[in-house]
Amino acid sequence: MIDRPFTRRDLLRRGLVGGAALSLPGLLAACGGDGGIEGQAGQTESGEETTAERKLAQQLVFANWTFYIDVNEKTKKRPTLEKFTRETGVKVRYVEEVNDNEEWFGKYQAQLKAGDDIGRDIVVLTDWMAARMIRLGYVQKKDKEAIPNEQNLNPALASPGWDPSRDYSLPWQSGLTGIAFNKKTIGRVTTVDQLLTDPKLKGKVTMLSEMPDTMGVLIAAQGDDPTKVTDDAFDKAIGTLQEAVDSGQIRRFTGNDYAEDLATGNVWACLAWSGDIAAGIKNPSIDFTVIDTGSHLWTDNMLIPNGGDVFTASTYMNYVYDPAVAAEIAAYVYYITPVEGTEERIAEFDESAVGNELIFPTEETLGKTFIFDAEASDNPDYKEKFQAVIGA
Amino acid sequence: MHFLHRHRGLVPYLLLAPGLAWLALFFLVPMYYLGYTSLQTGDLFSGYAFSWAWENYSDAFSLYRGHFARSLQYAGLATLFALLISYPLAYWIAFRGGRWKNLLLLLVIAPFFVTYLIRTLAWKTILADQGFVLDVLRTLHLVGEDGRLLATTTAVVAGITYNYLPFMALPLYVSLEQVDRRLVEAAEDLYASGTKAFLRVTLPLSVPGIFAGTLLTFIPAAGDFINAELLGTPRQQMIGNVIQSRFKEVADYPQAAALSFVLIAGLLVAVLAYTRAVGSERATQGTVA
Repeated sequence: MIDRPFTRRDLLRRGLVGGAALSLPGLLAACGGDGGIEGQAGQTESGEETTAERKLAQQLVFANWTFYIDVNEKTKKRPTLEKFTRETGVKVRYVEEVNDNEEWFGKYQAQLKAGDDIGRDIVVLTDWMAARMIRLGYVQKKDKEAIPNEQNLNPALASPGWDPSRDYSLPWQSGLTGIAFNKKTIGRVTTVDQLLTDPKLKGKVTMLSEMPDTMGVLIAAQGDDPTKVTDDAFDKAIGTLQEAVDSGQIRRFTGNDYAEDLATGNVWACLAWSGDIAAGIKNPSIDFTVIDTGSHLWTDNMLIPNGGDVFTASTYMNYVYDPAVAAEIAAYVYYITPVEGTEERIAEFDESAVGNELIFPTEETLGKTFIFDAEASDNPDYKEKFQAVIGA
Repeated sequence: MHFLHRHRGLVPYLLLAPGLAWLALFFLVPMYYLGYTSLQTGDLFSGYAFSWAWENYSDAFSLYRGHFARSLQYAGLATLFALLISYPLAYWIAFRGGRWKNLLLLLVIAPFFVTYLIRTLAWKTILADQGFVLDVLRTLHLVGEDGRLLATTTAVVAGITYNYLPFMALPLYVSLEQVDRRLVEAAEDLYASGTKAFLRVTLPLSVPGIFAGTLLTFIPAAGDFINAELLGTPRQQMIGNVIQSRFKEVADYPQAAALSFVLIAGLLVAVLAYTRAVGSERATQGTVA
């Protein structure tokens, strides 16, 4: 079962070293050009660093969200990280320190602003926060030469507006924001309109406190474009949301904690994240649906903060873009993997994951999704209006 | 020693020094920065700059008056309920606790061994829509069929009351414990009924405990945001929730700082008014007596 990937990876590794040796002049030239276009001091510096000494660091520090990588339930160890260490000799310090994009940013902002090394080689952040990190110049370009596996990236995710050629970022996992409902108490709930107005659901509905999730599906449901948000569309959706709060229809705005309310019956229908429902909730009467008017497809991205070791981080990115490794991670986290070819390999790790709509959405499902406007996600006016509606 | 003998006047100041240094470092310096931040303008991307932006304060009042009022109201109610629950409890432990006193006191503070968040989450289970409390209330027709407790004002006030109860109970216990029993006996010897002896002797002597307890409960309760967050709805959010969201979600640090200052100032005024009404003179004398 592991014969094939090993050979392939061995090949790749050899390929890597060879590639580096051959393309030094090319890289230098590329860096010069980049420096001119970007005009960012940190960029040329890091570029030179990678060309000067393309060797792996002793340790990779990887900051990620909780429950977001494979764990062996018995040994409590993380198989894919251990395998990475065995293959490259790089030890991985895996830190589960991201609970909330804003919170993580707040913790490191002062250091990042001062240009200090925050001691992280890779951090995983959601689209809009990744966009902010790039805009503020807090992250370094990837070493694309070291990531030949990037060709496995799902083309749908290859060029977000905030990083059109994925120079800085690479998706870790994606997920859908849809509607979760309790089949026993309320039956199927499939539309945003029903969530907001059905009298039977009064006080039994929660929405998400992450603005892009809630506002995205509302804007899509009213027929406006959530990928390019206008003030009018936003205000209209805020008005709808405010009415639902004032009437008592919406009980709370939550993070992951909606899962508990849903499982105990305090909440009958809510906006929810696909992976939570696919992997987390054992209650058989809970179901999840993609929203016909538009479900939010969000992505969490790997980034290399300033000060991180670009070559080591890129080598790791390449490693997780091997479908065999991606499959092992996907079989645990149950979110949508951005790595093509994973579905063919996942049966090796988890039979039941094969054909799961929430891990491998069909074209039809993906057709109903949208990626929320990254700029709108970080618009202070919008944030303020949204916070005012959710009570603060 | 020789030095201290010659400069006796310095001794009190030397003894005060550690406390003063502590206050300066951990209270005055942060307060200075908070004040400085509250008068800035700007945003996360272009940075914040000091500009005597007093409008942060007028905004604090005009935009969040409702949240301030709600916070004071919830904190006031919670303090009142905590007093009504704690007084008989503390009285009973102090006067009738006997050899169980220490154990009973330990039980009062036992919830503190569990973290604040877990305690509040426990109330979610207790008050759940499908929980036993609501089942009983429904059976007794005290709550309608589709009525609920969780995610209501009642839940938030109950949560605050519960979480700050020990802050009320302990000072009450201390002052009741110090009441000289002979004074109560003397009152009874002079033909005062039990009620009258309590009202004329015990209650006035326990005023310092009531004073300390209400302050220790009211002040943190007014700034609380966990209970509103977990047990309330958007319509129960308190000023603490606003400050947290301004600071963390919107990254509007100046506004968050201004709101914090208004809360501090508001509480200070309320406490001063309260102190004058109860009379701190009387309150502290009670302890000495």
